[in-house]
Amino acid sequence: MGGILIKNGHIIDPANRVDARRDVLVEGGRIAAVGTGLSAPDAQVIDAAGLYVLPGFVDLHAHLREPGREDEETIRTGTRAAAAGGFTSVCAMPNTTPIIDRATGINYLRSATQRDAVVNVFPAAAVTVGQQGKEITEFGDLIQRGAVAFTDDGHCVADAEIMRRALEYTAMFDVPVLDHCEDPMLKRDGVIHEGRVSMMLGLRGIPAVSETVIVARDIALAEYVGGHVHIQHVSARRSVELIREGKRRGVRVTAEVTPHHLALTEEACLNFDTNAKVAPPLRSEDDRQALIEGLLDGTLDAIATDHAPHTDIEKDMVFTEAPFGMIGLEFAFAVCHGELVATGRMDLAMLVARMTAIPAAILRLNKGTLSVGADADITIVDLGLEKTVSRGTLLSKSYNTPFLGKTLRGFPVHTLVGGRLVYSNGRIV
Amino acid sequence: MIEARKDEKPLEFRQEHLLGLEYLAREEIECVLQNAAAFKPTLDQKVKKMPTLLGKTVVNLFFENSTRTRTSFEIAAKRLSADVINFTVGTSSVAKGESLLDTARTIEALGSDIIIMRHSCPGACHLLASHLRSAIINAGDGCHEHPTQGLLDMFTMREKKGRIEGLTVTILGDILHSRVARSNIWGLTKLGAHVRVCGPRTLIPRGIEELGVQVFYNLEQGIRDADVINILRIQRERMDSNMFPSIREYRLLYGLTHERLRFAKPDVLIMHPGPINRGIEISQGVADGEHSVINQQVTNGVAVRMAVLFLLRQARAQKTELEKAE
Repeated sequence: MGGILIKNGHIIDPANRVDARRDVLVEGGRIAAVGTGLSAPDAQVIDAAGLYVLPGFVDLHAHLREPGREDEETIRTGTRAAAAGGFTSVCAMPNTTPIIDRATGINYLRSATQRDAVVNVFPAAAVTVGQQGKEITEFGDLIQRGAVAFTDDGHCVADAEIMRRALEYTAMFDVPVLDHCEDPMLKRDGVIHEGRVSMMLGLRGIPAVSETVIVARDIALAEYVGGHVHIQHVSARRSVELIREGKRRGVRVTAEVTPHHLALTEEACLNFDTNAKVAPPLRSEDDRQALIEGLLDGTLDAIATDHAPHTDIEKDMVFTEAPFGMIGLEFAFAVCHGELVATGRMDLAMLVARMTAIPAAILRLNKGTLSVGADADITIVDLGLEKTVSRGTLLSKSYNTPFLGKTLRGFPVHTLVGGRLVYSNGRIV
Repeated sequence: MIEARKDEKPLEFRQEHLLGLEYLAREEIECVLQNAAAFKPTLDQKVKKMPTLLGKTVVNLFFENSTRTRTSFEIAAKRLSADVINFTVGTSSVAKGESLLDTARTIEALGSDIIIMRHSCPGACHLLASHLRSAIINAGDGCHEHPTQGLLDMFTMREKKGRIEGLTVTILGDILHSRVARSNIWGLTKLGAHVRVCGPRTLIPRGIEELGVQVFYNLEQGIRDADVINILRIQRERMDSNMFPSIREYRLLYGLTHERLRFAKPDVLIMHPGPINRGIEISQGVADGEHSVINQQVTNGVAVRMAVLFLLRQARAQKTELEKAE
């Protein structure tokens, strides 16, 4: 086993402050050396001239749908999609059928992952049993079995006292609680951002304040009990401001933002495109700008895809009946690069940090770097590579995205997980 | 009265579907109104049928109860000699699990040329239009649009007032849940009317000023010097609790009575899309009074729907010919 030598690439490794032309030698599943003019006679050579060599991306938020909704996605297809998008680690959301809220669920997930996954899968478990919002789960046991975070994602933890106890209890294990911040009483049957487009289309709105009141509550609770609260998929300007203030006060609050909230607005719903229906909803241009500013100043720590596959059958419905969610793993980098780096608003190193070392740190994963000795999770990206998001090329089992048919730029060409090449030039190896 | 504008080239209607007045150009709206005016006298002819849609199948696909709109479309299509099928779908068949698209595809497979649909969800007609070959007419999609109602309202205004441009039109009531309000706003603003919306603050969507309307919460101010008041039905079936305190309070603040009518212009037109809640949003006296054109609206609805059916058929035929020529 001679390892892999990645030659002539431009390395960006934010954790080690490397942004330069370097070679990377991978041996025994780990990064053996990073330097100039490396040679290894037995190694397989990947010529990365003109390409960027990055730590593998870490996604804080993906729905792999297994067990239960294998018609939408499986661990096999979802992790292949991840590899194609340059993600070498994904945190799998627990809102499957059954919900991952006890030992049996997480045990199943671990064995299925060992069998089918081509990237690292880190399970999140539910905050409450059955995500019913009533009883907290066995956090300690679930952590021992591999849960890296707790979330009722898909739903908000609506009961403030339950959220308090969850934060208070998980703090002793130093594990974050991830909250989907949408007050169900304010959301009601809303399907779209309450704003200009909901007004025009006569669709029931979800006001931005439905997110903001929960963000404010979560920050106040985390400040009081000292846990780590992580705000999922921030969508509204006011939420960004509250998180900024919370951080200034020293609260252990982190936050993620999705590529779609960074790139799209409520306008994407104007033609009743159910692929643009997502929770929280795509909001106004003002909100979008606030998200970008938040990502630039670090108020929003990480980019997370909230990859949420749904079948054509589910999405070919009237807007109010179609489910919330869109896929994102395979083109998250291209969307963010196009929106942030190509426009000159963010440098590439910061984008890479927000997709690698920072999300890894939020989950306390020893991932997201190219340090010598680290797991060799590596993504090699061609910033000039153009691809059209299409049914023919997506590896995900579902195609629900408003980017379908759009041509984007900046895609991974090789993805290594644990030193093994799993994706190369459009194919799973 | 409507005059043919001989000095201008004939108005053209190029739509393949009628999904909403948002999507029509001013000229297309004018075209419908002009054709409706031509159809209207035929309603009083001894023999009322015309062969325009002979051999064509028009399907009324109604997922929500409606007597007046469905019947109006049915009469309009029959006057044009179409075969008309009424397909009223209760909520039960949704419970059986058939999707809207499958239901619609089945109907198309049975041979529909035009599908007229009412559905409780905004955008339902868009979904059909993007998947089927039949021409789709929106007969009301949730709280979104009800374009033929908007057209017949404008037709009636123009018939009575001789113009639309410059008229002050107050739309009164539950704007938030009203497809009639949205279609009126799109159409009237395109034709140059001054449009006001008036109602309780909880029933007026935020940001509606962007559509070029003025917002009033006070009835007397909202109808001051109005040429037309278009009163919306309080849709109790759509309402969550707590959108306003009570029917009683609604009547106190927004019920249109003779007493209040004096704030409007002396020759104000009173319109209502029906069905009306007598004694709630409109008093008995106003509903039946000299200003009311509620029944003429219903009659005009047939002429307007004939025009829409005719123009959609014509636009389709022209498109087919063009494609053949290419």
